[in-house]
Amino acid sequence: MTTPFDAAMLLGLSGSALIGIGLFVIITHPRVLRKIVGFNLLGAGIFLVFGVAAKRGAMAGLAGDPVPQALVITGIVVAFAATALAIALLKRLFELTGSSDLAPLPPDASSRRT
Amino acid sequence: MSTLFDFGLASSLVALALYVGWARDEQSSIVGFIALGLLLSLGWTRLRSIDVALTEAAIGSGVTGLLLLRTQTSLRNDKPTGQEFGVLAKVSIGILCAGLSAAVAYVVLIPPDPAPTLAPQALGSIDVTGLGNPVTAVLMAYRAIDTLLEKVVLILALVGVWSLTSNSHWGGAPAVPAIGTPQPLVFLGRSLPPIGVLIAVYLLWVGADAPGGAFQGGAVLAAMWLLAMFSGLQPIPQTQSVNVRLLLVGGPVIFLVTGFLGVGCGAFLAYPDGFAKPLIIVIEVALILSIAVTLGMLVAGPAKRGPG
Amino acid sequence: MTIAADLVTIIAVTAGAVFFLAGAMGLLRFPDTLSRLHALSKADNLGLGLIVLGLLPQANSVFAGLKLIFIWMLAQLSAATVSRLIATAIAKDTGS
Repeated sequence: MTTPFDAAMLLGLSGSALIGIGLFVIITHPRVLRKIVGFNLLGAGIFLVFGVAAKRGAMAGLAGDPVPQALVITGIVVAFAATALAIALLKRLFELTGSSDLAPLPPDASSRRT
Repeated sequence: MSTLFDFGLASSLVALALYVGWARDEQSSIVGFIALGLLLSLGWTRLRSIDVALTEAAIGSGVTGLLLLRTQTSLRNDKPTGQEFGVLAKVSIGILCAGLSAAVAYVVLIPPDPAPTLAPQALGSIDVTGLGNPVTAVLMAYRAIDTLLEKVVLILALVGVWSLTSNSHWGGAPAVPAIGTPQPLVFLGRSLPPIGVLIAVYLLWVGADAPGGAFQGGAVLAAMWLLAMFSGLQPIPQTQSVNVRLLLVGGPVIFLVTGFLGVGCGAFLAYPDGFAKPLIIVIEVALILSIAVTLGMLVAGPAKRGPG
Repeated sequence: MTIAADLVTIIAVTAGAVFFLAGAMGLLRFPDTLSRLHALSKADNLGLGLIVLGLLPQANSVFAGLKLIFIWMLAQLSAATVSRLIATAIAKDTGS
């Protein structure tokens, strides 16, 4: 192992674990709201790996490379925008069909149109 | 000693993520997600990225957790879920996800040497911008076009949310239920917003030289506005209201105008010499108002009542 | 001088951590919501207050110390409001 056993390595490993857990929740959990939470978990894991790159780029008197930090800030805001749109779609799906999972509807369903 | 703390933090993150993924009911998993946001902010502080820690606490787990909790209370359905993967499919998906995690962990463990960094270049030109915080310099000066497009993405998401209302309700106000607002909430709605506005302005102003910035301050402003709306002290604005729409587009428009004016100085979003700091401050003030209104309307949701 | 300051910090922060531990154990072990709120309020007010008190000698300036106390007051304000809201909801549920 060529890396020092420090905060960056440990948090980077936990970030990679979060990526796997988030992706698994997105794919396998039946409820859509939990899938959205899993999407946020996946995002958090990816941002942590970015943070490791920022910490390792500490140089020239700075505590961390500022460019990955700015990218992560942008990513957090865009992830929130995507979550808000997904939540609005989920609420509309629930209003129209009464269920919050992605099971296929019977052919004569969605009679609750508004 | 601090390695022990980091090890505890990293393992708590993984354990809490497992809980969030496999909790039995949705509300527990969302509350666990908010707690995970707190742990993530601590992790970002350990990685010496305070701006990101502030943004994660404010937007990543604060406003997102609020949105998820509100959605969960309106989604109480008892219908059993029909479609679920079998054991064999779940195991193979689990193995593939573990493989992805292992690949990313390999990248974390075997980094390039020397570590690639843009810190010297970021610090080299920072005196010209007049800022003291290199992250703000990257956001508002070096990669200002990313911030502009990020703001436009927020507006696009809001347009998407607004378009999910039925035809008869178009232009109306979102529904924020104030069913007999209790007195403690009204008290909080009266006492906290002045303090919150002060903190938001402080976050914006100090972001030039220390961790802070327009997004963190905008999230605090949005939270204060939402608190006033939830406690019934402020009316929920209609989506067709001109004031709301002016505030929403004010930030990106001023940013765009500054960008096109910069074409006269050489490139889109170029700042003229000596005017960088004042221009950045003007853009940030317009941006914080716009972000606050956008975040507030994103949480409020699509229109649920007719206009007028 | 710094030794005295460090000693105050260690004692106060440890005491605050003990209160937080007691609050967390109360949250897990108490039978109903009202008693859990009682345990949590001890953690919020006294635990956080002791930790802030312990961090005050380490603050760089008077302004930083005032910010710490301000954070403690804000945490108390929101904790008190939330406890009252939860207790009112419980009272409405049980019909008392």
